[in-house]
Amino acid sequence: MSLTKDQVKHVAKLANLPLTSEEEEKYAEQLSKILEYVEQLNSVDTKDIEPTFNVSGQENVMRKDETEASLSQEEVLSNASKAENGMFVTKGVFEPE
Amino acid sequence: MGNDITKLTLTETLKLLEEKKVSTAELNKAYLERIEKYNPQLNAYLYVNHDNEKIPAAIKDVISTKGFPTTASSKILEGFIPPYDATVITNLESQGVRAIGKTNCDEFAMGGSGENSAYGATKNPWDQTKVTGGSSGGSAAAVASDLCVFALGSDTGGSIRQPSSLTGIVGLKPSYGRVSRYGLIAMASSLDQIGPMTKSVEDAALVLDWISGSDGYDSNCTKEKFSLTPSRWKAGIKRLKVGVPKEYFGEGLDPKVKQVIEDAIKKLEELGAEIVEVSLPHSEYALAAYYIIVPSEVSSNMARFDGIRYGFGREKIGPEVKRRIMLGTYTLSTGYYDEYYAKAAKVRTLIKGDFDKAFEKVDVIVGPVSPTTAWNLGEKVDDPLTMYLADIYTISANLAGIPGLSVPCGFSEGLPVGLQILGKQFDEETILRVGYAYEQATDWRKEKPKL
Repeated sequence: MSLTKDQVKHVAKLANLPLTSEEEEKYAEQLSKILEYVEQLNSVDTKDIEPTFNVSGQENVMRKDETEASLSQEEVLSNASKAENGMFVTKGVFEPE
Repeated sequence: MGNDITKLTLTETLKLLEEKKVSTAELNKAYLERIEKYNPQLNAYLYVNHDNEKIPAAIKDVISTKGFPTTASSKILEGFIPPYDATVITNLESQGVRAIGKTNCDEFAMGGSGENSAYGATKNPWDQTKVTGGSSGGSAAAVASDLCVFALGSDTGGSIRQPSSLTGIVGLKPSYGRVSRYGLIAMASSLDQIGPMTKSVEDAALVLDWISGSDGYDSNCTKEKFSLTPSRWKAGIKRLKVGVPKEYFGEGLDPKVKQVIEDAIKKLEELGAEIVEVSLPHSEYALAAYYIIVPSEVSSNMARFDGIRYGFGREKIGPEVKRRIMLGTYTLSTGYYDEYYAKAAKVRTLIKGDFDKAFEKVDVIVGPVSPTTAWNLGEKVDDPLTMYLADIYTISANLAGIPGLSVPCGFSEGLPVGLQILGKQFDEETILRVGYAYEQATDWRKEKPKL
């Protein structure tokens, strides 16, 4: 599996990662090599094998539906790059940049 | 006692504190003096707490500490101060332990050498031209050079065991689900575990006792805590069945490291263990499965860094982290999920099955932690795939969720080698038992690097 620079650009867009042109080229090459390496999994017969996503054996762990104390508004906002009136400030989602 | 108190293990230190032969103030003073003297060359700590009044532990910088900067060794979290403590930190506080500092690591714990930190690599105390291993390299260097009583690290594919091996200390990755991950900056959520990095096996058992146990803030952590019953884990290893997987001794293993490991296995046999050859036939596919599962989970976890609620913009993310986000975004993207992530998850089932089968015959499995000793700084940084191969013997334990211990077992050309002891899921007791018996019979842990 070989990745083209255009595919890298597309993936970077999906991942919201700003990449320089130099990085795009470097990642195209490095990611292709890694994908080539992982292709060896194709030689493993996994017919009728269930996938393992979690090894803890837990499923739908529930707790009582009770409220408990959490962080204060001040604490929650303490690391925000910009906060106003007790809210995070972010760029408008539907406005042109 | 002077500087000598910094050489003591946690267990020895606690005894002195209890007998009031030393105070925590003296303890912190002695450690701070050493940190001031040696940290500038080693770069083990990113932040030092000069006002500590409790027993001083080194905490990997991916573990949230209320009021102390926590950066995950990344520029994207520069200046971030968590408003809450990780569960492990709360647990340590109740034992009278607090961070004397936050330790350097590969950025967001992604790396196997310590060099991916945005704040510079940590140097190996045994030879400062060498890497510490990673990702918990700062914690490893801090323990090895007596800059803390003990440390916490995190292990997703070997990040506690491998740097422990490369710096000659004890490192324990608990079973998945044994220790709460609440407050650990997530890397690959189905694999991450926090664990102790210590000066002795006894210390590792004690710290596990302190930090383990169910936690309502981590739904995968519902097991009871590991309880310390010395009569059981100090019982010796007579007639214990020790498995040696032939797949861990093949091509790629440095012959000198192999010799050291074989000598250690002989030692276990002398101590009364029965050595049994076992097979883990899917080992050769573990690395490939791991490098699909990890980046996939990384790409998802790293999506939260948007620079709005905390941290800076995504342009501050370093190269290895970006590489994994890219890889994971690709392997999870439309049309590729089945080919990559689902396939890797099935191979994971087979790898876990190998261990289940082997553990029907044996009590523990032993082998090398790392195929080589510490390598030169800069040697592998431009070749990610070669760097990934350094984790070849450690990642399977994370995929299977089982515990693993690295115990110092000798040197090759002046650099430490660690013996890996793997156990059944939630059977930390037996691997600690083997590690303790081995440690008591040898003097390796008493060797200290000359700084």
